[in-house]
Amino acid sequence: MGEHGTHHILSYGKLAAVLGCLLMLTVVTIGVSYVDLGFFNVPVAIGIASTKATLVLLFFMHLKYEGPLIVWSFISAVIFLAIMITFTFWDVAFRY
Amino acid sequence: MSTRYDTTGIKVGMWIFLYSEIILFGGLFVLYAVYFYRYPEFFVEGGKELNRFFGSANTIVLLISSFTVASSITALQLGRKKLTIGLLSFSLICGFIFLVNKYFEWGAKFHHGIYPNSEKLVEGEPGINIFFGLYYVITGLHGLHVIIGMVLLAISLVMVAKDIITPQRIAMLDNSGLYWHLVDLIWIFVFPLFYLVL
Repeated sequence: MGEHGTHHILSYGKLAAVLGCLLMLTVVTIGVSYVDLGFFNVPVAIGIASTKATLVLLFFMHLKYEGPLIVWSFISAVIFLAIMITFTFWDVAFRY
Repeated sequence: MSTRYDTTGIKVGMWIFLYSEIILFGGLFVLYAVYFYRYPEFFVEGGKELNRFFGSANTIVLLISSFTVASSITALQLGRKKLTIGLLSFSLICGFIFLVNKYFEWGAKFHHGIYPNSEKLVEGEPGINIFFGLYYVITGLHGLHVIIGMVLLAISLVMVAKDIITPQRIAMLDNSGLYWHLVDLIWIFVFPLFYLVL
């Protein structure tokens, strides 16, 4: 076990607070979906989903308390995903 | 030969596997994005066919189960074995409710003639066909992950009961939990993309 090997214990209260935020954001995203924001429909929906995903990753998946190896390898995976999406879109957008 | 218990190694291995899962679903979401860009009006039309009630209910069920799985790890670390087992059982029930909802949802779609290679989809607009094709592939693959996650949680539950998973040695439960949270993570993006497209 390394220095950061000791597992962080999250309190029930903190986990419940995270659940509360997640449920609230779910209600918000359902509510917003009934309002036509034109171009912003998709960015707002993805923005709320990303916020929820961040909460799950940081607290439920303990990413906030992990060492640099897991944190940076996760960030690398996200960067790879971003590159994959961007390059595909460049191709699709400028094909015709 | 001594047997060392490498907590960090076990966890890093699980995370590397999760990255491959993220890239797998990421690829499917790229496919969704490209076709949404091409057929936006049909994706909106297809999205309106989906039942928002089932989608919302399943989102809430998965979020609550993620919370109970995270709490079960806290409970185990605090040495409360019975509570751990209770929380894991509750999470399994949530997973089951999710699958039952999915069964009714898919059943209703099949009943209306919307399923892969159905006459209605093949003869109709290509945009609608692609939307439902992606819907079945992505929710189907996600459903498979729910089933695998439930199996992992059930195995962990038995191992906790048999004192194989102990507060000193939680890796199996910890990694099963990470997998379950990933299932939740994917659904967080599936829900707005399919059910909430305006």
